[in-house]
Amino acid sequence: MAFELESVDFAFAGKRVLEGVSIALSPGRFYGIVGPNGCGKTTLLDLLCRFRQPQSGRIRYGGNYLSAYSKRQLAREIALVPQNFYINFPFTVRDVVMMGRYPYIPRFSGPSSRDVETVATVMERADVDRLAGRFITELSGGERQRVVFARALAQDTPVLILDEATSNLDISHAIRLLGLAARRVQTESQTVLGVFQDINQAAVYCDYLIFMCRGRIAAHGATREVLTPATLRSVFNVEAKVYFDDYCGALQVVYKN
Amino acid sequence: MHAHQPETGFNLKNALREATAAQLALLAVLLCGLLVVSTGMGFIPVPAAAVVKIILSKLTGNPDPIAGMNEILPVVVMDVRLPRILTAAMVGGGLAMCGVVFQGILLNPLADPYTLGVSAGAAFGAALAILLNIAALGVQSVPLFAFIGAALTLGAVIYLSSASGGLSSNNLILSGIIVAAILSAGISFLKYVADEQVAVIIFWLMGSFASKTWTDAGLALAAIGGGLAVFLFYARELNLMSLGPQMAASLGVDTRRVTLVLLSAASLVAAVCVSVSGIIGFVGLLVPHIMRALTGPDNRRLIPVSLLSGAVLLLAADTLTRAVLPTEIPIGVLTALIGGPFFCYVFRRQQAARKAW
Repeated sequence: MAFELESVDFAFAGKRVLEGVSIALSPGRFYGIVGPNGCGKTTLLDLLCRFRQPQSGRIRYGGNYLSAYSKRQLAREIALVPQNFYINFPFTVRDVVMMGRYPYIPRFSGPSSRDVETVATVMERADVDRLAGRFITELSGGERQRVVFARALAQDTPVLILDEATSNLDISHAIRLLGLAARRVQTESQTVLGVFQDINQAAVYCDYLIFMCRGRIAAHGATREVLTPATLRSVFNVEAKVYFDDYCGALQVVYKN
Repeated sequence: MHAHQPETGFNLKNALREATAAQLALLAVLLCGLLVVSTGMGFIPVPAAAVVKIILSKLTGNPDPIAGMNEILPVVVMDVRLPRILTAAMVGGGLAMCGVVFQGILLNPLADPYTLGVSAGAAFGAALAILLNIAALGVQSVPLFAFIGAALTLGAVIYLSSASGGLSSNNLILSGIIVAAILSAGISFLKYVADEQVAVIIFWLMGSFASKTWTDAGLALAAIGGGLAVFLFYARELNLMSLGPQMAASLGVDTRRVTLVLLSAASLVAAVCVSVSGIIGFVGLLVPHIMRALTGPDNRRLIPVSLLSGAVLLLAADTLTRAVLPTEIPIGVLTALIGGPFFCYVFRRQQAARKAW
């Protein structure tokens, strides 16, 4: 198991955000987390990358308690593309992507040739190599998100966590970056966990969907089994038709207005 | 696609960033030159060659280089001018370097070493010592009280902003403002009851390097040496902190510890600077700001470059008020008078540059 959560609770400022969340996530899968705004999706990701600690319950990663890992060990296991970020200082794009190699570079050392190579590769794959010398402060929101995505890829971890990581991207870059993540799942059996607003996008890339609603897991399972009109009705309170679309080769959803 | 120009040919900004070693060497030469020239300047002019000879003779313990020289000159250079000049240079470097750290930690390019109320705390401590005429510790009692005031203020600010468990930059800035506001009311009260000593308090607050001793220079050197070591050790983490606490944490940075260590170290260095020289504004704001534009935001380069530039700048300013102007203006007033308008200019220009994108 990559992650095992056992009746995890989390409250923030006296308000229950997560309640009794239990789930086991296997490695080598692309997981999608969907649910209405404010249902605790981002908080769940915060707990998984240990940015926050649960008030009760247990989280294990790779068989050990998450809290037993040192920060540096964890940084070599889990990379995060956050939803919101703001970078106030004019680092170059190359500098920012290179920051993804921090867990591997000893203090007072420069990057090794392997670090430089990794950074060059991910910058090309994420289509930010043309921006390499530009300042991060001068980029558009979508360009910045690609850079931050490339930085997470440069971290080269078995687990990649995406918090609406393609929300600012044009469709061509969204397809490109999610395709990169999916390829890592297939060829290197890495684990990807992504929060999605667009359920059709999630259905294309994710093998497995987790529906959240009011701090609980409402339903989870293989995408083809769990993505049903009944689930969508109970979680989002919408009427929808779910059908298999030959063109994209996945289930898709259309909604009744 | 957007109207962005592709990355081709020579980029002046990037080329400047790569030339850190050259910048450091240039600044070091400039600083040494300025040390010698300014030591020669003053009521009794001393030729540069004589200054170098006197320093060499002191360093090597060999009296030959100063044989036959007017006996007053070594005294002027070694006992009067050098302690003051070295203190000014070190305070300037210390404030600039702390400014870099504060701006980095608070994710705010407008922060300075006094953002957490260090100056107000030091001023309150000093005013109290002057008012109560505390002389138990001799001439050092005012600086000592200033330092204690600054350290207590730092403790209060960190306590105030850590209620939610984290030390977020917004909490820190707000707590700093609140504590400083309370302390300035306290200072006003002390001035009100101070009677004839009010002039002493006001003069101290305006900052001065007049009649600094080797003890002051040594204190400043110790604080800055220690601070520099801590800052360079954590410079890489400070870079990652600019991605925000969440991303820095996901890269393996212990954000809380780094914040606490760097803020404490920077505040203590700033507190020593303030206790030695009074409140000198704008150096810690302006120098990091300008140097970041020249050398880039990488703190591993920015910290040493700012240290040297701050030293050059404050030494030049102190020499201006000490040896060039007809009467000595308090250094804190001078830096604010020159630095303030200059900052306005830089600030406007940067906004315009950002708009162009």
